Amino acid sequence: MEFTRKNRQLLSRIATNDRHGENSPYFDGWKAYDSNPFHPIHNPDGVIQMGLAENPLCFDLIEKWIRENPDASICTAEGLNKFKDIAIYQDYHGLREFREAVAKFMGRVGGNRVTFDPNRIVMSGGATGANETAIFCLADPGDAFLVPSPYYAGFARDLRWRTGVEIVPVHCRSSNNFRITRAALEEAYEKAQRSNINIKGIIITNPSNPLGTVLDKETLRSLVSFVTDKKIHLVSDEIYAATVFSSPRFISVAEVMQDMDCNRDLIHIVYSLSKDMGFPGFRVGIVYSFNDGVTNCARKMSSFGLVSSQTQFLLASMLSDDEFVGNFLRESSKRLAKRHHVFTKGLEEVGISTIKSNAGLFFWMDMRPLLKEQTTKAETELWRVIINKVKLNVSPGSSFNCSEPGWFRVCFANMDDKTVEVALDRIREFVLQGKEENNHEADKSQARAQPWRKQNLRLSFSSSRLYDESLMSPHMISPHSPIPHSPLVRART
Amino acid sequence: MTQTRYYRTRSPEPEKEKTGGGGGTAMRVIVPLQGVVQGRGGLVLGSIIPCALFYFLQFYLKRNRDDPDDKNESNSTGQNPTTRSPSSEHLTELPGLTRSLSRALLSPRNSGPVSISARVSGIVKGGDSPYYMGLKRVKEDPYDELDNPNGVIQLGLAENKLSLDLVKDWLAENAREAILGNGKELSISGIAPYQPFDGLMEFKVAVAGFMSQVMENAVSFNPSQIVLTAGATPAIEILSFCLADTGNAFLVPTPYYPGFDRDVKWRTGVEIIHVPCRSADNFHLSIAALDRSFNQAKKRGLKVRGVIISNPSNPVGNLLNRETLYSLLDFAREKNIHIISNEILAGSTHGNEGFVSMAEIVDQEDTDRKRVHIVYGLSKDLSLPGFRVGVIYTFNEDVLAAARKLSRFSATSAPTQRLLISMLSDTKFVRTFLTTNWERLQRMYVQLVAGLEKMGIKSIESSGGFYCWADMSGFISSYSEKGEVELWDKLLNIGKVNVTPGSCCHCIEPGWFRFCFATLTEKDIPVVMERIQKVLKPVN
Repeated sequence: MEFTRKNRQLLSRIATNDRHGENSPYFDGWKAYDSNPFHPIHNPDGVIQMGLAENPLCFDLIEKWIRENPDASICTAEGLNKFKDIAIYQDYHGLREFREAVAKFMGRVGGNRVTFDPNRIVMSGGATGANETAIFCLADPGDAFLVPSPYYAGFARDLRWRTGVEIVPVHCRSSNNFRITRAALEEAYEKAQRSNINIKGIIITNPSNPLGTVLDKETLRSLVSFVTDKKIHLVSDEIYAATVFSSPRFISVAEVMQDMDCNRDLIHIVYSLSKDMGFPGFRVGIVYSFNDGVTNCARKMSSFGLVSSQTQFLLASMLSDDEFVGNFLRESSKRLAKRHHVFTKGLEEVGISTIKSNAGLFFWMDMRPLLKEQTTKAETELWRVIINKVKLNVSPGSSFNCSEPGWFRVCFANMDDKTVEVALDRIREFVLQGKEENNHEADKSQARAQPWRKQNLRLSFSSSRLYDESLMSPHMISPHSPIPHSPLVRART
Repeated sequence: MTQTRYYRTRSPEPEKEKTGGGGGTAMRVIVPLQGVVQGRGGLVLGSIIPCALFYFLQFYLKRNRDDPDDKNESNSTGQNPTTRSPSSEHLTELPGLTRSLSRALLSPRNSGPVSISARVSGIVKGGDSPYYMGLKRVKEDPYDELDNPNGVIQLGLAENKLSLDLVKDWLAENAREAILGNGKELSISGIAPYQPFDGLMEFKVAVAGFMSQVMENAVSFNPSQIVLTAGATPAIEILSFCLADTGNAFLVPTPYYPGFDRDVKWRTGVEIIHVPCRSADNFHLSIAALDRSFNQAKKRGLKVRGVIISNPSNPVGNLLNRETLYSLLDFAREKNIHIISNEILAGSTHGNEGFVSMAEIVDQEDTDRKRVHIVYGLSKDLSLPGFRVGVIYTFNEDVLAAARKLSRFSATSAPTQRLLISMLSDTKFVRTFLTTNWERLQRMYVQLVAGLEKMGIKSIESSGGFYCWADMSGFISSYSEKGEVELWDKLLNIGKVNVTPGSCCHCIEPGWFRFCFATLTEKDIPVVMERIQKVLKPVN
């Protein structure tokens, strides 16, 4: 034990700190799934994984293509004449064919309204690596990025851990479907400025993870003008661009900025094939910046996350097959639409609503009516019940830094149709059961609420007493004073 | 913490202020005021009260500044440039947009106008160092015996093309099955969805087996101590992130691989302390030099977190013998620091000297395993740099846990892993490959060294890697880095051969050059010699 502790002291803060964020409930749920995974035959009572945004619905199409195009793998007899060149190819620019194919694919996903320049395509290890690279290029340790919340749980790790950059959430609310408003942006920005936090930019996900909604033209325009006004960066994470399955269509920030008077040097796009093609195992992430300096710097950094040349070559041939790509995208959105419909309809029947969405591999489920009280604590309690009793690994809103308790992200693509039915049945049963119990225990629950209220009273009493005793008005201690808040004080604010 | 402090103020006997630090400021206000109210204020308190009022005023102002309703106050303070972070402050001096870019982008480590003489600064000179300039020239105008006989011959890239045909032949026979399944079932679900970021277990097993075979079964590697990354570059960076904080340092014997400056320092903010090795010792590492550098770093106030060695060495090509490895371990133990042993060339030896892995040394010394971390990869030993397979092998569970989490930023492609599993598990193929590769490397090395010697160029005797580390100090116009780079320039532009000057590897003595020979064919050697001769003649 002694040795271990001593040894840990020899490690860096990054190796020993908690900023990887894997202690949040989002990852707890994964652990619950890992220890007891559902299987229709072998483990029908296991936990169903609904926390993983994976898209295997069209694997059959890809399998077929690979089998029909064995030369694309370069390592089969058919493609072997290319092998020597590919195997030793380690230039961080990436294969020309690969960059061209990806640029074309990105344009196509954006409805061919924008042309992407292959020379600006910079590789990195998945969107995870791409986001980190963008942050490394744009901000220094101690700087911050605005992120509209609710936001992807992994951002806390990808944007912060090794870069030392902070996240300042821009709170969006259910009252307007979690839209990103200029007012909310201004408020968060001003507040950060007053606290001497240097805001370097804003990062958005479009389509949104976890909401599954696309940003409209208006919002995008206001974002672009916001960053132009403030001279900060806009990183648009568009890794779900091709998962849009019904109107309104996806609009890339690249399209909006075309007819706007804006500073192009401030706009950067992150893309990946993990979601749109369902290839997270291929580890392909892209940083596409309109800023030459950032492009050059990111390219040098791509040495830390290059895509295997064999994989580059395979994808280059696959993505330049127009017929295949067209067919794939059509079929993929058809299947996603169907799956989304089955799920949301099924939930509607039992009175569970979701934010109206048309993209992503998930939807944002409103469980507020089921909360005992509107607090994060109650949300976590409910979530534990869902994990342990209902046995569904959905992700609670708190892990997406949502400012309102009671929302859950539900992934719907990473399972087969039968599993969908099982999952739906479980939710239905749980909700109906909950309703009955509620009726029965209405009185009891009121009684139960009592001690809590008392406790709350005591809390506020003790903290106000504090100030009384020290003869200071409460606002003499600013929320940003160097004195660390006690957990009790913080709990109140 | 704060809770107890507040609580203390309620105690009947007001304590005299002793505590310092952030919370102390509050105490300095609270305690005397309480004393005054209770009528027990003395002379001391009387002198403290003005101070207290001063703090009071500060709190009042600060509070107002933070109040979102008070627009006037916030406007006046909000625009004050001194409230911004120090980084933004000095960046504002730069015109236009650049001020909002990060240090990584602006730092001289990576870009910016840099003159060639930068041995002193010891930082990566980005695209402008001779190393990268040479590579660029070859890319623009590569030599080809038939198509471009006047092109530049590549001797600057540590790449092995000599045995690639063996890998190709293996694939021709076996790969269809490895990639497409046995003609019937293609397992897309084994490659496309999320896989463990630190590598597939089957692949780790195969890699561990391969490593053992490379090291002639002197060590057996445990697959569960492996973290796979997208090449050795991120493997080294991840270890640097894990073992050192910004501002800490690693000791690295010079001359060293030019890429270390990027891998170890760039994004981590970690420093490298040079440990100069000299021609008098045949560029062997001496513990005395290590100790000197360690003490110098300490004097500068730098915290040394470890030593990074390359074995076989790049650029010299020599091996560290067992004795040196033992003394290195002793040194690390004495100073309580880590050892990163970069062994990516372990299977690329060509002499009679046997390679000894650091893993073998610690295998016998149980106590100190936790400070040893090994970097490996398939780029050199299997000639597959494009496939991006790097390995971190560590005996330290905490490093293992952290590296596993960090591997998500640079994971290896799953289809590539699947493909290589069957290749690496084919021990017969691996054995043939290693033996043939050894023979071919040796043949090229011997020819190159003989050719250079004929022209009076001596080189350090080496038995590993793809390098010949040659002494051309007799041919430089002045015994300085300037003279060295001049000769490099002539070799590139007149002789049309791209070699790496020692200054790129931070060699302390000018006039040394690295010749990488594994990208050549035997036919190229006379051409190379002729071209070098052409450059050297006028000097003599």
